Amino acid sequence: MAEEIIIPEADNQEISINMGPQHPSTHGVLRLVLSLKGEMVQKVEPHCGYIHRGIEKMTESMTYQQIIHLTDRLDYLSAHMNNAAVCLAVEKALDIEVPERVKVIRTIMDELARIASHQLWWCSFGMDLGGLTCFFYGLRDREKILDIFEETTGSRLIQSFYCPGGLMADLNPNFQKKVKDFIVYFRKILPEYDELLSGNIIMMERAKGIGKMSKEDAISYGMTGPSGRGSGFSCDVRKHHPYHAYDKVKFNEVLRTEGDTYSRYMVRIDEMRESMNIIEQLIDNIPAGDFAVKMKPIIKLPEGEYYQRVEAARGEFGVYIISKGEKNPYRMKFRSPNFCNLSALDTLTRGHKIADLVAIGGSLDYVIPDIDR
Amino acid sequence: MPFTFSFYDFTGFTQWIDVTLRGACSPFWAVLWEMVIVGVLFLAFYAVVGLYLVYAERKVCAFIQNRVGPNRVGPYGFFQTIADLIKLLMKEIISIREADKLLFNLAPFIVIITSFLALAAIPFAKGLHPIDLNIGVFYVMAISSMGVVGILLAGWSSNSKYSLLGAMRSGAQIISYELSVGMSLIAICVLAGSMQLSTIVEGQRDLWFIFKGHFPAVTAFIIYMIAATAETNRGPFDLAEAESELAAGFHTEYSGIKFAFFFLAEYMNMFIVASLAATIFWGGWMPLHIPGLESFNHVMDFIPPVIWYVGKTVVIILIMMWFKWTFPRLRIDQLLNLEWKFLLPISLVNILIMAFIVLMGWQIGL
Amino acid sequence: MREIFNYFKSIFFALKSLWTGMKVTGAYFFKPWKIVTQQYPENRKKLKMYERTKGELVMPHNDKNEHQCTACGICQINCPNGTIEVKSVTVETADGKKKKALNKYIYNLGMCTFCGLCVKTCPSDAIVFSNKFEHAVFNKEKLVKTLNKEGSTLKKGAE
Repeated sequence: MAEEIIIPEADNQEISINMGPQHPSTHGVLRLVLSLKGEMVQKVEPHCGYIHRGIEKMTESMTYQQIIHLTDRLDYLSAHMNNAAVCLAVEKALDIEVPERVKVIRTIMDELARIASHQLWWCSFGMDLGGLTCFFYGLRDREKILDIFEETTGSRLIQSFYCPGGLMADLNPNFQKKVKDFIVYFRKILPEYDELLSGNIIMMERAKGIGKMSKEDAISYGMTGPSGRGSGFSCDVRKHHPYHAYDKVKFNEVLRTEGDTYSRYMVRIDEMRESMNIIEQLIDNIPAGDFAVKMKPIIKLPEGEYYQRVEAARGEFGVYIISKGEKNPYRMKFRSPNFCNLSALDTLTRGHKIADLVAIGGSLDYVIPDIDR
Repeated sequence: MPFTFSFYDFTGFTQWIDVTLRGACSPFWAVLWEMVIVGVLFLAFYAVVGLYLVYAERKVCAFIQNRVGPNRVGPYGFFQTIADLIKLLMKEIISIREADKLLFNLAPFIVIITSFLALAAIPFAKGLHPIDLNIGVFYVMAISSMGVVGILLAGWSSNSKYSLLGAMRSGAQIISYELSVGMSLIAICVLAGSMQLSTIVEGQRDLWFIFKGHFPAVTAFIIYMIAATAETNRGPFDLAEAESELAAGFHTEYSGIKFAFFFLAEYMNMFIVASLAATIFWGGWMPLHIPGLESFNHVMDFIPPVIWYVGKTVVIILIMMWFKWTFPRLRIDQLLNLEWKFLLPISLVNILIMAFIVLMGWQIGL
Repeated sequence: MREIFNYFKSIFFALKSLWTGMKVTGAYFFKPWKIVTQQYPENRKKLKMYERTKGELVMPHNDKNEHQCTACGICQINCPNGTIEVKSVTVETADGKKKKALNKYIYNLGMCTFCGLCVKTCPSDAIVFSNKFEHAVFNKEKLVKTLNKEGSTLKKGAE
């Protein structure tokens, strides 16, 4: 070779690596451009948009009933909560009070979805750290919730179960028994999660003190949900702005102040317990009544702007509707929790190693369709 | 001496082959024929063990994870890995642009040849021992550390950043963990008073070394298990190919049979490491003997030594698989911390204690 | 001295935590009856889906080859994806009135997102979701299905 090879000064040599769009630990088609110095991450630049489907634009040509089924496809792991946000916004705009039964069922369904989502997060977090067995244990238990969903709603992942004014169908007669069985089962299984991963020395070494986020930073980045609560940011919409039947149940907002990967992890593990508490309080006293209020076939929202937020599994999910009094919204905006959580990734990972980037990414638990919409 | 192993002794058989060959042709050809026979036997052994370790791993991890595992090809999926091998053989070998062709093609061979060479010094049974070197332990150590050259070359020549990162991790990891493997083996060599593997096995006639050497032998065994898992790039130490971080690490760019070479070599290394552990700590093909229980020892002698050897190796392999499917992966700096701050100092002190025990003649069973 | 004690304490706790995890996985290894895998193609005969499972849209016909669809087109309007196309013809009834009747009910399974709005809004309960979930075909034209059977008529009294 005759060409002259210029070797840059070794100390200043940064290599940039494309992590994604196809990579095992980005949980989807997220592309991260990393600047590395050896193994140390200098900068992370997330490039999103690989799964952009234009859902916000699509909603402008759909009626409010039809919009529901698109919201399932944002954060597909908290489909019920996303549905609920649109339904609540529409009900708020029309000033409809849904029956007590609907409220209670919605609460139970939301919490079940939250547990299922956290189980899947636990699977993938374990897998990100390299413990593949976690993945199968988590999926095994999540399957039981999906069975419950399938029996009542007809679908396993994207249920489209709520509609403005109530629910698509009434509960299946087996629902209560199955949920109770599941809670008995899962209370027994959850300590196994702790034994396998939470208490493991390797996991603790890898998660404690990694990816620290102070409360101020978490607020300024808009980190919500378990990620924000891991930094001590009290942001539980269920507590601060109760919807459904959350004002009637007793539950604790899980808060941790360390702000590292481990605290985000423990918040989610504890949230599964809290969700089970909420379900246990409601499952025996589902009030009788209709499962939906009679709505007009074509819903027209009065002119104005409406905002409704719910606590999805990954944080605060908001729906902002501008209506011009027609059957379609004039503009609809989704405030997705994952997008804000992802924006903090660069701050969280600077100066850590690639392995830490994967662990931090796992603890933020992003779902890419929700980021790109 | 208790009951002899005469009817399980392969020495007569191998000597008979040697004598017959030397009678039939010149000494040069006799040696050549012996080499060919041993080589062919080992190739077959290598392929079968490699493939069935892959099958065993898939079944073990399936049972740990509440699954069934491979069950479509043949009864209980018994021929699954053979089907996989045929698939890998027929796949296109992709050549990478800008890759260093020579090193890229050489690397898988280095990895597989080193794991092949190490087999030569393993005693399978009395008389079934290809080369009884007087520095057997040292030989296995030296050969198994050559494998990292292949991994480094694979990572370097692939012209891929992921591969390079994986290779560098692997280099740092294997070079440091070799020390602990060596130190823990030295502790037993001190106890046995020899580095010759046949002497070490014979030395465990009355009791295995792991029981003979009090707690330093147990400590050495634990350290050996941790360090050996790390040296074979497995279990919680599979940083070189950490699939959630580096896609597939050093073998990201390999395809077809070259990938299969890396894959088989990984499992063969596990087998070698496990059989070395079985030989050195658990007596190799030597049956379990307890001093003072003559009738028990006599019963144990009826089990063929090959069964003892394979059984012990399989148990150690199962333990290593158990590690892999339970623990999350360590980070590179924690890996090095574990070696330099924990394993190495402990094993150094361990040798000292062991030497003291041997000096005072405190071994159990003497 | 204190440091040395802490050093060994950390080793002890690390080994203990590792052993806790190994106990969990080791216990499952020896409990093959806890396996949850379903052997899918083998258990196809026994496999029972839940009653409400949304497999695909079908139009039930009774044994006289009659359906209940009045070709009103509400499902078509409500479908968010344009999955359903109701083709109707105008027929003249015995008393001389002109009336819409169903000619072809075309359902494109490839575009369906199983939201269930069509079944929910159907005023005459003419369509339901069946439990069939094995949809794989070799080209997408086969996913476009005609739901009403050949020569079927409207059920008497379902107008």
